[in-house]
Amino acid sequence: MAKSLVPEKIDNENLPPNTVKTLVPQVKVERVIKPAPPRYRNELAKYIIRRSADCIMCGKCVEVCPQGVHIMKEGYKYFAAPHQHTCIGPACQKTDHYCVDLCPQKALRMVENPMMKLLGDYRWPADLILATWKMAETGELPSPDYGYDYECGASEGGFDRLRFKFPEKPPVELREDEIDTSLELNRRNDGRPQIKLDVPWYGGGMSFGSVSNVTQLSKARAATAFNTFTCTGEGGYMERMQPYDDHTITQVATGLFGVREETIQRVRIVEFKYAQGAKPGLGGHLLADKVTPAVARMRETVLGISLFSPFPFHSVYSIEDHKKHMDWIKHINRRTLVSAKVSTPIDVDMVAVGSYSAGAHIVHLDGGYGGTGAAPDIAKKNIAMPIEYAIIKVHDFLVREGVRDKITLIASGGIRNAHDIAKAIALGADGVVVGTGELVALGCVRCSRCESGRG
Amino acid sequence: MPDKYHIKTQPVPARRPRIGKCGVVDWREDCANCHNCVKKACVFDRYRQEADYIRGLTEMDAFFFQCMGCFSCVQQCTKGLLALSENPVYERLGNRYWTPAIIETTWAQAETAKIPVSGAGYRGKFSGPGFDSMWTDMSEIVRPTRDGIHGREYISTGVDIGRKLPVLHFSKDGQIKMPPLVDIPMPMMIDVLPKEYSLPQLLPVFKAVAAATGIIMIADSKDIGLLGNELEQYLPNIAFYFASGAPLLHKDILRKTRLAEISDDDKTDQRIKELKNINPDMVVAVRVTLDAAGVKRAIELAHRPHMEAIHVVADMNGDEIGAKNPRFVKDMVRQIHNPLVADGIRNEVTLIAGGGIALPEHMAKQLLCGADLVTINLPLLIALECHLCRVCDVSRCPARLDEMDEKYAVGRMINLIAAWHDQLIEVMGAMGIRDARRLRGEAGRALFFEELEEATFGKIFGSRKNR
Ligand code: SF4
Ligand code: SF4
Ligand code: SF4
Ligand code: SF4
Repeated sequence: MAKSLVPEKIDNENLPPNTVKTLVPQVKVERVIKPAPPRYRNELAKYIIRRSADCIMCGKCVEVCPQGVHIMKEGYKYFAAPHQHTCIGPACQKTDHYCVDLCPQKALRMVENPMMKLLGDYRWPADLILATWKMAETGELPSPDYGYDYECGASEGGFDRLRFKFPEKPPVELREDEIDTSLELNRRNDGRPQIKLDVPWYGGGMSFGSVSNVTQLSKARAATAFNTFTCTGEGGYMERMQPYDDHTITQVATGLFGVREETIQRVRIVEFKYAQGAKPGLGGHLLADKVTPAVARMRETVLGISLFSPFPFHSVYSIEDHKKHMDWIKHINRRTLVSAKVSTPIDVDMVAVGSYSAGAHIVHLDGGYGGTGAAPDIAKKNIAMPIEYAIIKVHDFLVREGVRDKITLIASGGIRNAHDIAKAIALGADGVVVGTGELVALGCVRCSRCESGRG
Repeated sequence: MPDKYHIKTQPVPARRPRIGKCGVVDWREDCANCHNCVKKACVFDRYRQEADYIRGLTEMDAFFFQCMGCFSCVQQCTKGLLALSENPVYERLGNRYWTPAIIETTWAQAETAKIPVSGAGYRGKFSGPGFDSMWTDMSEIVRPTRDGIHGREYISTGVDIGRKLPVLHFSKDGQIKMPPLVDIPMPMMIDVLPKEYSLPQLLPVFKAVAAATGIIMIADSKDIGLLGNELEQYLPNIAFYFASGAPLLHKDILRKTRLAEISDDDKTDQRIKELKNINPDMVVAVRVTLDAAGVKRAIELAHRPHMEAIHVVADMNGDEIGAKNPRFVKDMVRQIHNPLVADGIRNEVTLIAGGGIALPEHMAKQLLCGADLVTINLPLLIALECHLCRVCDVSRCPARLDEMDEKYAVGRMINLIAAWHDQLIEVMGAMGIRDARRLRGEAGRALFFEELEEATFGKIFGSRKNR
């Protein structure tokens, strides 16, 4: 047993004697909203205010704008770069403080930022990205004044064709504290601990190497603050994650890279990654130059030799094999819950039921349009079905098989915002996994060059 | 185990300025000339590359900036002067069907022979017209080992063209007489270019590409000059096409021909007989235009006992020819394939489908819909940096096709075919299908938008039409 683990005291008769728990002091993260302004000098904005040479530096615009867009610094001859991204745009025209109208010199002009055409894509349109940035900055919904359309993407299908019909007035008045967003993950009644998340989502697996330390820790801290989980992805368990053991899911993927008894014993949830939505059926390939000394150490491989994660698990060709896998993990860690992450083929319903009978607590469906650090374009678009179809298919089948309330159904692969979460749950999931959204919160522009390791 | 089919490739750089989606990053006046200008910090080093490029530039008609659209220079510029803009040349590439994105990825594959890989999830629409309204499937449970292109295992992409026997008949002395079959290492042939883009200088290039990759090019019989003196070397990879009334070629050539194609008219059967009389070991394919009568005609021909192969061809965008509301080629192929399955004769005749095959996934999807193999042409032209101009005019060709040399052209096309082959193996690997012959009509590995939509949302919201 690793030095940082101790046997867990048996306070629950169901927990057998070899149950261990982490010794590393666990970090507490307060759930407080603090402003987190953008890191960039020129945060991208939907509207731009242009100032012509007619400006006489009278300061009127600075005075009227409640959004603090215009920055005039004492002792400077010119304006500093404006905070364009806080300008609310055309909505301001109707107010009594519209700088463009109030400027005595008519030196100001508002234009829609032509760069918006290049920001985002059908699944993540510019408005959704900008709105997500605002939410990440303020902890609140962006003011309706900005006019962002962030409820849906523009993909014209699936979640983007579903909208909630909200009644004009809620039929019953609810206080916020009466709304329960928690999610219990263990429905098997198998003596293993219950894990109750405060929110119906947890963070997606992003491996060491695919994202930076800072990103990984940010994910872990946010997950801790919201009493939910983050996931290490394939390739090992970073030491820096240990203070967050209780909120970390570790992955056992087909390459078994970085999987050790100790990593399995650290955590409260272990995830078997059978496949990934963005590249179902293809396994993984870590290029040689990404196998740095640190990565090689963690994965227990050789520096500079490219690594293949095969597809599928070469030890799993049946539900019985699948069960053997689960039993193995359950034996090594007597308190962990087990999740099976699968992609969404047409027989995904059978896979889900199979996972249930093999002993999974969670079946996690990752839809075809899910995120990735790198995947062949042909796979991202063309293999397996979008998550929207899979949720309904699996939910219905689990109901018919009479086991729906014995397993937790988690959906991922295209969950971008709160509306998508609610839609996924309305379609039949219990909760979701969010990945890309976390990165957009950190400033991702969806340029899809992650594979270059530079973006 | 036979040797793996392998196409030798090497990078063939572009001759023309690269065209990216993001155009010039325009910097206006007022630049502060910072010491550590963000342009130097471009993570992809594009500014420096561009500067090098401008220095060597002899013409100014080209957009040359190939920014990756990461926005980092825009976000960091001290004075906030930088902006990305859409490259208008990029926007003008191709047409509605052959989108700029298709052209861009084809160029990249022709240059590198590599499978395009990118980060982040899929960025496109949920589904779309044509081939975008279906997905290929994979299976999570019981399957053979599938290691994709990196595999230790053999995934065969070879298919056969010709007639297959429903049952074997042995003669008294225990012999079986098998009809001739033409085997081809991947389910793809090169079709004649549509007349809008027919560039005679490409014929020798196609010939060399077909020979190097082992696939087959279809060439009009009037272009027989193409063969030159190298009959033995090139004939196995050329299928001559005989238009209605075109004279047959010299017997010496026909006797060595593996595959020929004839146009479909009222003399079709007679034509086949004439050719078979000269060379019974030749496979004859009949070319059927997918117009209003095409589907019916193909089915009818398939029922004839001597029919070996039918080549159905939609227009270059995959649309039914001459129709106001055209059906798409994948649907027409299903309309041919399915009744033949029902009639129990599908296996006997080879169905070749052309039109609208723009990406390797289209090839896989067309096979899932029921074709045995596909024909392509425009992707090979695009491989030469062609923009697919609305009006192809070599005197003003932005790709300078008149200046290209054959080595370049052959190399680019081979690279493209190799990249397509690798991608075919990727999706076959994911599907758990080890043999391209099994891909044909394998509806169990295809997901159709309409069907999924009906099965999932139909029961919640009612059928689509009624909504
Ligand atoms: S109000 Fe007009 S003139 Fe005055 S500082 Fe602003 S832009 Fe310049
Ligand atoms: S338009 Fe309104 S919000 Fe925008 S800069 Fe002017 S005053 Fe500020
Ligand atoms: S947007 Fe990114 S890739 Fe493009 S020029 Fe700027 S830094 Fe380079
Ligand atoms: S780029 Fe050249 S070959 Fe291509 S369509 Fe235009 S003119 Fe023709």
